Amino acid sequence: MTDGHAAAPEWVKSERQLRREAELRARGRRSISAATASTLVVVVTLIVVITTSPGWPRVQETFLSPEAFVEALPDVLRGFLLNIKIFLIAEPLILVLGLVVALVRGLRSPVFFPLRALAVLYTDVFRGIPTILLVYLVGFGVPALQLQGAPGDPVTLGIIALVLSYGAYVAEVFRAGIESVHPSQRAAARSLALTHGQTMRYVVLPQAVRRVVPPLLNDFTSLQKDTALVAVLGPLEALRQAQIHAAMSFNYTPYLVAALLFIALTVPMARFTDHLAARARRREGGGDA
Amino acid sequence: MRRPSLLLASGALTLAAAACAPANDASTTASSTENSTAGTSAGASTGADACAKESLKLTTPGKLTIGTDKPAYEPWFKNDDPSSGQGFESAVAYAVAGQMGFTRDEVAWTVVPFDSSFAPGPKQFDFDVNQVSITPERAKAVDFSQGYYTVKQGVVALESGRYASATSLADLKDAKIGVQAATTALQAVRSVIQPAKDPSVFNQQVDVITALKNKQIDAIVVDLPTAFYVTAAQVKGSKIVGQFAATGGEPEEFGLLFQKGSSLVSCVDKALGELRSSGELAKIEGDWLTAAAGAPELK
Repeated sequence: MTDGHAAAPEWVKSERQLRREAELRARGRRSISAATASTLVVVVTLIVVITTSPGWPRVQETFLSPEAFVEALPDVLRGFLLNIKIFLIAEPLILVLGLVVALVRGLRSPVFFPLRALAVLYTDVFRGIPTILLVYLVGFGVPALQLQGAPGDPVTLGIIALVLSYGAYVAEVFRAGIESVHPSQRAAARSLALTHGQTMRYVVLPQAVRRVVPPLLNDFTSLQKDTALVAVLGPLEALRQAQIHAAMSFNYTPYLVAALLFIALTVPMARFTDHLAARARRREGGGDA
Repeated sequence: MRRPSLLLASGALTLAAAACAPANDASTTASSTENSTAGTSAGASTGADACAKESLKLTTPGKLTIGTDKPAYEPWFKNDDPSSGQGFESAVAYAVAGQMGFTRDEVAWTVVPFDSSFAPGPKQFDFDVNQVSITPERAKAVDFSQGYYTVKQGVVALESGRYASATSLADLKDAKIGVQAATTALQAVRSVIQPAKDPSVFNQQVDVITALKNKQIDAIVVDLPTAFYVTAAQVKGSKIVGQFAATGGEPEEFGLLFQKGSSLVSCVDKALGELRSSGELAKIEGDWLTAAAGAPELK
């Protein structure tokens, strides 16, 4: 705030300004210590309340058992690699599908009406179906057709279902981004004799995509978790491995292992999203003062 | 300027949360003290007639509440209706209830998904009957009755498939095998067949069967009575390839599942013992479960 570009060498802060800054610092310190103290009180109270509750030993034994944790970790971790694989394959496909659907919806010529209608139908239907239902329908429905060349591998089918479901969300995100670009941009581009396609490619999309990066990343955080839904088709991913261990030992700790792994993946993603959002704000609004 | 006030606000918020916490605590303490008194009084009354109907500590007073999953499959239950008394486990449950002095009207059924049957905390059932195999690890979390049925695992494949003609466990090594999650069939497959490919694990039995019909898997492993039901009624053109014992040593047995520390276990065990010595249990088994003799033993 203070070290701007108006730094003339002979300038010194006035007495009043120094007092003001000192006051602000003191107020900041008071706030921080109040927050720290209250947080400490809360944490300690929670710990005391939870650990002295009569059911605590039971919770500790069934949810926080170190032996069960160590026992389940290798298998759950192995399953988690499958989750990551599913995520990494699905994500680019979703981006492509979502963008194509959004672009098709933006076509203006009457000739393209059937395509537009199809795009609208797709987003309406697949955004409306719960993802797990879609995984069931694709995962058991497609192989039941017994078509030549249709995939039977559960992971492939699961990825298809996730792509269909998330493609619809992402298409809407892209569309919102495209529509958020001011019409004058389009008009200006067209007045420069750019075609519709060129306008999209060079003027609208770059702005649109930059605007929707945070919501896109939000969807991908969601996708990371929903890779666990593929478990219903049979592959041994993290959630399923955890369930198997839980059923063997009647202990819930393996679920905690899986939960921690998912958190370890989504938290960096969430911070990255925050960072991008903050950067976008800075660039567009010229600082957050 | 903004940050400190934000911190202050969050501080206030956490304080408010702290103020709320004791209220929750009070309610949990109340409910669990109730439990512990129940536990002690039950422990105190382990006299000769502790198993008299009136002195039992039941979830719902006057009623024996029995849990099982839904859908309840044949041959363990009939038509997904545990209260019919038909099907092996339904019949066993009513026989145990009868032995303990409950009339049919005094038996109440409740739906308990398998995963929540072993959840810690107060249970909504007196005991749960759901083809649960007794294992030492599980017995750390819940109590089991004596076994009421000794299980073997059955392998089912499509008659048109490659593995229909398997005659040994080694023949099944390369098969893609499907099982239901949370069953001992999975452990049996892993420890006995040791297939080259990871088995497919499904949420529900119906999913395993669909996958077999779709040829997404080559064979399924389920307990033998279920295997007979699958081939007879659920999958056309399927056959039992054979049976095998899930474990090398101890036979695998189904037990009734109780909350850890339940005072009912000894009474139910007594009832089960009486049913076994009178031959009633064997009769029920004969009524509802096809003799396992037809399935070749896989080695």
